[in-house]
Amino acid sequence: MSNTRVLERLEAGLPAGGLVTGEHAVRPFETDGLTAIRETPWAVALPEDVEQVRTVLGICREHGVPVVTRGAGTGLSGGARPLKNGVLLALTKMNRIKEVDLDACTATVEPGVTNLAISQAVREHGLYYAPDPSSQLACSIGGNVAENSGGVHCLKYGLTVHNVTGLVVQTFEGDELVIGGKGLELPGFDLLAVMMGSEGMLGVVTEVTVKLLPLPTAKRVLLGSFDDVEDAGRAVGAIIAEGIIPAGLEMMDNPSIRAAEDFAAAGYPRDAAAILLCELDGTGDEVEHDAARVRTVLESHGAVVRVAVEEAEQERLWKGRKSAFPAMGRIAPDYYCMDGTIPRGELAGVLLCIGRLADEAGLQVANVFHAGDGNLHPLILFDANEGDQLERAETLGGRILELCVEVGGTVTGEHGVGVEKLDQMCVQFNDAELAQFHALKAAFDPAGLMNPGKAIPTLARCSELGGMHVHHGRLPHPELERF
Amino acid sequence: MPDDSERLLALVADCLREGSTMAIVGHGSKVRYGAPDGEVRLSTSEHSGIVDYRPEELVVTALAGTSLADLTSELAEQGQILPFDPPRYGGVGTLGGAVASGLSGPARPWRGSVRDAVLGVEIVNGRGQRLRFGGSVMKNVAGYDVSRLMTGAWGTLGVILSASVRLLPAPESEETFCRACSAAEAGELNRRWARAPLPITGTCHVGGVLHVRLSGSAMGVASARDEMGLRETGDPDIWAAARDHGHAFFETDGTVTRLTLPRGCRFDDESALIEWAGCQAWLHGEPEDLPDGTQATVLMPGERTQRRPAADAATAKYTARIKDAFDPHGIFNPGMNG
Repeated sequence: MSNTRVLERLEAGLPAGGLVTGEHAVRPFETDGLTAIRETPWAVALPEDVEQVRTVLGICREHGVPVVTRGAGTGLSGGARPLKNGVLLALTKMNRIKEVDLDACTATVEPGVTNLAISQAVREHGLYYAPDPSSQLACSIGGNVAENSGGVHCLKYGLTVHNVTGLVVQTFEGDELVIGGKGLELPGFDLLAVMMGSEGMLGVVTEVTVKLLPLPTAKRVLLGSFDDVEDAGRAVGAIIAEGIIPAGLEMMDNPSIRAAEDFAAAGYPRDAAAILLCELDGTGDEVEHDAARVRTVLESHGAVVRVAVEEAEQERLWKGRKSAFPAMGRIAPDYYCMDGTIPRGELAGVLLCIGRLADEAGLQVANVFHAGDGNLHPLILFDANEGDQLERAETLGGRILELCVEVGGTVTGEHGVGVEKLDQMCVQFNDAELAQFHALKAAFDPAGLMNPGKAIPTLARCSELGGMHVHHGRLPHPELERF
Repeated sequence: MPDDSERLLALVADCLREGSTMAIVGHGSKVRYGAPDGEVRLSTSEHSGIVDYRPEELVVTALAGTSLADLTSELAEQGQILPFDPPRYGGVGTLGGAVASGLSGPARPWRGSVRDAVLGVEIVNGRGQRLRFGGSVMKNVAGYDVSRLMTGAWGTLGVILSASVRLLPAPESEETFCRACSAAEAGELNRRWARAPLPITGTCHVGGVLHVRLSGSAMGVASARDEMGLRETGDPDIWAAARDHGHAFFETDGTVTRLTLPRGCRFDDESALIEWAGCQAWLHGEPEDLPDGTQATVLMPGERTQRRPAADAATAKYTARIKDAFDPHGIFNPGMNG
């Protein structure tokens, strides 16, 4: 059957305007949040309900056409990069909140609903959805499931995996899996956990049930300014040792502080070597009590402390942190955001080492750190139009992630592997482990047509890379395939 | 620290070579849930000890055979706890068994389940390969979440050699209160309390009495107690008794059924022991009909655990394929329900 015929069938299975083709029309879909990686999709399908999703998958199955699922396109690892011979299944039109169950404290929604829209919809009932990635205004809950997204409140409230209780998933073979629901446990294997962070490799999520939490009645945000990064790192460990689990605990180094301050006028001290933002939430007296304890810990580690009691001031302090990424756009034409996670105690050493690697590469790095959970976002600043800066940035990024693995961490805490970190996966996992991942993938998608080529590198790729690592520790042709 | 992993790996290799099956056991404390049928017994109990514990990281890594009693007392010395507070039937049990069974204690709805806390595992798969997944950091999306897939799989996908789990600081204050009320009233209270930020870490309704545990700062516990109108102090031993089946309710030679119920559901069987704010209930005998969305695990003495309702066709299909992906020769824990 001709390609045209396949397109006709897809078009017939979707509402008017539900199939987008043609180079110009599909352009907005060529990339996700990792804009350095682009591809023109063959066709973009915009289903409005689960039946249409099943129709698209059925046609693609019949004709052996690969499918890439996309949410809001805010992903940072190229996980939703389309294929030029594949259908991009964009779920943004499936954006209905189907049910809010106030007895169960759950919301059941379609995958295209944005993260923030859930909290907004239930706010009047004194509830909210806890995970809050920085892109929460735009990112979809389906995408959050695919990446197991976090945010700044993970230490206390967990990741997507801790806050989603049910999923409905369509497999490429045409089965509908109803996984969990409103209960606390599911029978059999934990398919819910398997789907979380699976980057669209195992199936298409068409319904999500999330847990809602009561809004805290009181909140305090403390800003601690340090003259020494190591002191800030130690203060983080000391807060935890004190038995306090802050709702949020964020650290920024001096380049990040300055960029964020210039951008958002958050009131950060521009000359501090590092700042810690610590949010405490709960009920009135308790929060007050904990804030006093955290203040003592911060001061005993040499910090100058400010406590924000009023909501407006708290928001201003958070705005600086949440705008750290766009702020980088002011000081460099391009930035490349890393996403390693390290044991908290390794922070000071890792930051020193990143500084050294950055000097060697002749590039500047600004660091923002989810200090509570060890998730480090070094932002490599460069100018893609300047000589080999992009290449150097990529190489430096790879080295930083390998460093995270060396100290017992991981190459990606919350952004996913996508196409971006395939090479680093070869560093973190051996062949047998990767083969086990491939076997798990094949259990859900034996044809290998769901988001092919993402998330898990082939053994061949790793073996080639391994050979080259022995000689150079870096790739001789970084432009090939990997980016 | 006795590391027995080489012997365990060799045992798996032997089974593969000889085409025999194996029964994986730790302390054998969960025999009530059915014992595996394997021809060769693989005991992890000599493979024990803490591998890495840095309290400020809120993570501990220990070998599978580490006894829960030893582990929790080490943690207690540093003022920390296992958030999932797993059952210790007969006072024993291993970390590996806790992870493999995925059974969580009384604080489960508030402090999370075993799988919520599991960050990484080392396993032997059914090809005899020693593999590591996840790690010791909280946020990790490199590869599929095999660590949590192993949790609650009852050893049917591999032998767990070690696990890293997330910890919590022990609360400054913990108090138990009780209040005489019907199961229906208890259900109403649970639904109301779920809508407010309260420091609840346990509820148990049995014999016409609702027991409630509050944990946190002394100040937080006191103000929540007043807000919730809890006046009567209760017996703090109820939590371990319900968790470990030491409570009089479990003194029976007959069938016991565990129900897991949807949040907020109305289940008010006065003869049941109801925990987890109404999300876990224990019954004597077998239930006749189940509320929607409820799962039953029927524990019949001397019989295999039965699940009701049975998995639907689609779930069964992918479950079988996952089993095959990890244990292609079907050597691990035959007869156990993963």
